[in-house]
Amino acid sequence: MDLSGILNYLVGFAIMAGIYGVFALGLNVHWGYTGILNAGIAGFFAVGAYTAALLTTQPPDPLLFEDFKFGGNLAQMGFLRLGIDLWFFVSLGAAGVAAGILAWLMGFLTLRLRSDYLAIAMVGVAETVRLIFLNEQWLANGSKGLYRIPGFLSEWVTPEFHDYLYLATVLIILALLFMVSELALRSPWGRVLRSIREDETAAEASGKNVFRFKVQAFVMGAVIMGIGGALFAHNVRFVSPLTFSPLLATFVIWAMLIVGGSGNNRGAILGAFVVWGIWSGTQFMPGIFSDANFRFFMIGVLIVAVFVIRPGGILGPDRRIARLGASSQPPPTAGPSGSKGAG
Amino acid sequence: MTPPEPPDAGAVEPEAAGSAAPASQGGEPRGNSQPLLQCSEVVAGYGATNILHGVSLAVNRGEVVTIIGPNGSGKSTLMKAIAGLVRVRSGRVSFRDADVSHFPPQRIVREGLCYVPQVANVFPTLSIRENLEMGGFIRRGGSEERIQEMFRMFPDLGRRPNQQAGSLSGGQRQMLAIGRALMVEPTLLILDEPTAGLAPAIMHSTFEMLQDINRGGVSLLLVEQNTREALMMSDRGYVLAVGENRLEDKGSALLDHPELEMLYLGA
Amino acid sequence: MVAFIVGVGFLPFVKMELVANGIIIGGIIALGAIGATLIFGILGFANLAHGDYMTSGAYLGLFLMGSVLPRIGLEGEGLGPFTFGYPVLIALPLTVVAVAVGAIWIDASIYRRLRNRRAGLIIMTMTSLGMAIALRGLVRMIWGGDTAQYPRESRQFYNLPLEISMPPDAVFISAVSVILVAAVYIILNYTRMGKAMRATSDNPDLALVSGIDTAGVIRWTWAIGAGLAATAGVLLAVFQAQLLPVMGWDFMLLVFASLTLGGIGNPHGALMGALLIGVTSEIATEWMNPSYKPVVAFAIMILALLVRPRGIIVGKLR
Repeated sequence: MDLSGILNYLVGFAIMAGIYGVFALGLNVHWGYTGILNAGIAGFFAVGAYTAALLTTQPPDPLLFEDFKFGGNLAQMGFLRLGIDLWFFVSLGAAGVAAGILAWLMGFLTLRLRSDYLAIAMVGVAETVRLIFLNEQWLANGSKGLYRIPGFLSEWVTPEFHDYLYLATVLIILALLFMVSELALRSPWGRVLRSIREDETAAEASGKNVFRFKVQAFVMGAVIMGIGGALFAHNVRFVSPLTFSPLLATFVIWAMLIVGGSGNNRGAILGAFVVWGIWSGTQFMPGIFSDANFRFFMIGVLIVAVFVIRPGGILGPDRRIARLGASSQPPPTAGPSGSKGAG
Repeated sequence: MTPPEPPDAGAVEPEAAGSAAPASQGGEPRGNSQPLLQCSEVVAGYGATNILHGVSLAVNRGEVVTIIGPNGSGKSTLMKAIAGLVRVRSGRVSFRDADVSHFPPQRIVREGLCYVPQVANVFPTLSIRENLEMGGFIRRGGSEERIQEMFRMFPDLGRRPNQQAGSLSGGQRQMLAIGRALMVEPTLLILDEPTAGLAPAIMHSTFEMLQDINRGGVSLLLVEQNTREALMMSDRGYVLAVGENRLEDKGSALLDHPELEMLYLGA
Repeated sequence: MVAFIVGVGFLPFVKMELVANGIIIGGIIALGAIGATLIFGILGFANLAHGDYMTSGAYLGLFLMGSVLPRIGLEGEGLGPFTFGYPVLIALPLTVVAVAVGAIWIDASIYRRLRNRRAGLIIMTMTSLGMAIALRGLVRMIWGGDTAQYPRESRQFYNLPLEISMPPDAVFISAVSVILVAAVYIILNYTRMGKAMRATSDNPDLALVSGIDTAGVIRWTWAIGAGLAATAGVLLAVFQAQLLPVMGWDFMLLVFASLTLGGIGNPHGALMGALLIGVTSEIATEWMNPSYKPVVAFAIMILALLVRPRGIIVGKLR
């Protein structure tokens, strides 16, 4: 591989790592902030990706043996393109809203459950979503999937350079979401979430409506995941039920957050790059390391090993905010102190 | 009102008679024999906080000793620390001359020290008989004989050995909890508020039952909220406040101590 | 109870074949659910790797029947009326022992460390998720991701009254399920270790201060739970006539729906829950795409949790 080939590979890698960073941020809102054990990220990922895909793909074409009913074709809609592809943001927004609505509905049903029940319930949500997209041909073309998803600003640059442009887009959105998450975490609202994570009973006793805060956090994390799904769909330009396997759509993201350090937004993003680096880097290694099944195995071992050896992850919990510490350690007051990580 | 009775001189432990002489300072007893249980400067707690900040006490063979103190004074934590459920962070718990501070709970039971928690002190989905069997888990060679003894001691339990413990009334449940702990024929029984939540009449009979057990040669260490009755039957009492020793005296003498009332009023 | 009465009321309107199928599947679910509920009750966390213990069992069975036993001349299919041969009878116990030993080893090297550190239930649950991924990865590394089959010979289905048509293997599967459920019942109610398991599930701290050998209880819990899971895996592979690395993970939703219905830590409830889930999800295929079976189980579970968060069939006494 020559230099430009390597560079292209690295850009492609960074785009995926950045998108996974978005998912890890969303999971951090669930697990790191609030202690919601979401073992069904794939469900929100899929809903986000499919929403974006269905809104922007061209209408079904019987000649291509497509038999779904609706393709929004937003990308071709006059005022939304205007050279700057406004439809892309409509698509991201809609994906976030769709995942948020799913979270709101499921949250109402399941967030009162003990966390291990909740984890199983979330596996159920993800499985249900996957089965619906698989079996309901009319909805999203069943197992054949959707493969005519447009790319963002693809008319601006030649295909070779499009990846650079998209990398910049993903990183900007990741930075924005990072800032929003940090601000939310440091707000009074975020403080309540942390108190719920530390001791739910105590939070309840101090008059907080724990359930409502949990639903809000659950929706927020899901919206972020939905946006991640849309970013994914417009990058890969193809979604099918197989895309959302528990491994690549749930477990890998857990590994990222746990490796990076749960409760820590920087850790979430760092973890995304590290784990995705290991995952995609090992395929160039000789022998067994390039075996996808071995890498699958190693992801599991990695999660277990982190829990056994270093439960805090690489960065550990964000020290400035991790412990409530009551009066001894008030959270930093200057709001955007965490925004230096942006850009 | 029953006057405080000295432990039965005919009990298995002859040196019990000498134990009526109360310890003076820091739980160090006078006399030539070591106390049965001795806690020295025990520090223990949960997570980042210590509940006990150096508590010392002693129980001599044959004695009944009561710990009283306001809520949050660390009485229950002390019980759990002695039983091995809460780690002793510093200080020492010795029982029958062995340092048991870092023994796991099972090993402490084997040494002959049994603990009856305040709540959740039976296995609710197990039958009465099964609860007793579990109490005698460490008995090699079966526990049937001892179970029959327990049924004679608590005829109420013997009448329906197959009833689920979860469906027992408060008094019966307490009997079962104590019976469970007696299965291994302990030398020392420690009980966390054995009369909490019981009707007055049942409370009274529970205290009488405890005295019977003591007469049978089992030393008792109690935590009690029913201060008066408990101290009346005790040889000695300790008052605990915010995780530290406050007072120590003969049971009945402690009742008249002026500072006692102050403590309970939250001074 | 109500659910059963309502269920019986509907019986005249459904195909009896679906009910019969549901009971057989229910038996397999029960083997998984009883084990998982014991682990849940005694160790205090949902073992998300339970499905993958099943998968491991199924594939170890394949390894024994497909590779090891034929080497030493033990080979055959079509034993009596069944599709499989007598090697199953050798492979099944070996598989059970292997998976049970494996589970005890995993506990000793991983979960025990977490317990000693007093890690919370969420850490334990997540670790078991990691374990699930690792196990499945291992299965895929060794046997690949494609479907596989035990050595088998096609057999005619039995035609029974009420228009029930049934593979002969179902008889074997039901028999094994019934025997093992009965064995677990006997162990839990009539042996010292079984009672100690129930006691530990009821009240772990009291078990400690009663002198119960909780380390032994935990070993036996893994042995029984993983052994049952391995059996369920082999039986499922026989019943579905195929093996897949995701078979256990997909089955887990049914298992956990059942034990949730029955009340955590309650083996009797898990059995009832399993039969209910097995029959309901089978009957539902009358009206919906069969691949929605896990969704049906999931919906029942959520509904049940909303009605009685501690399990509906027999709530555990507190």
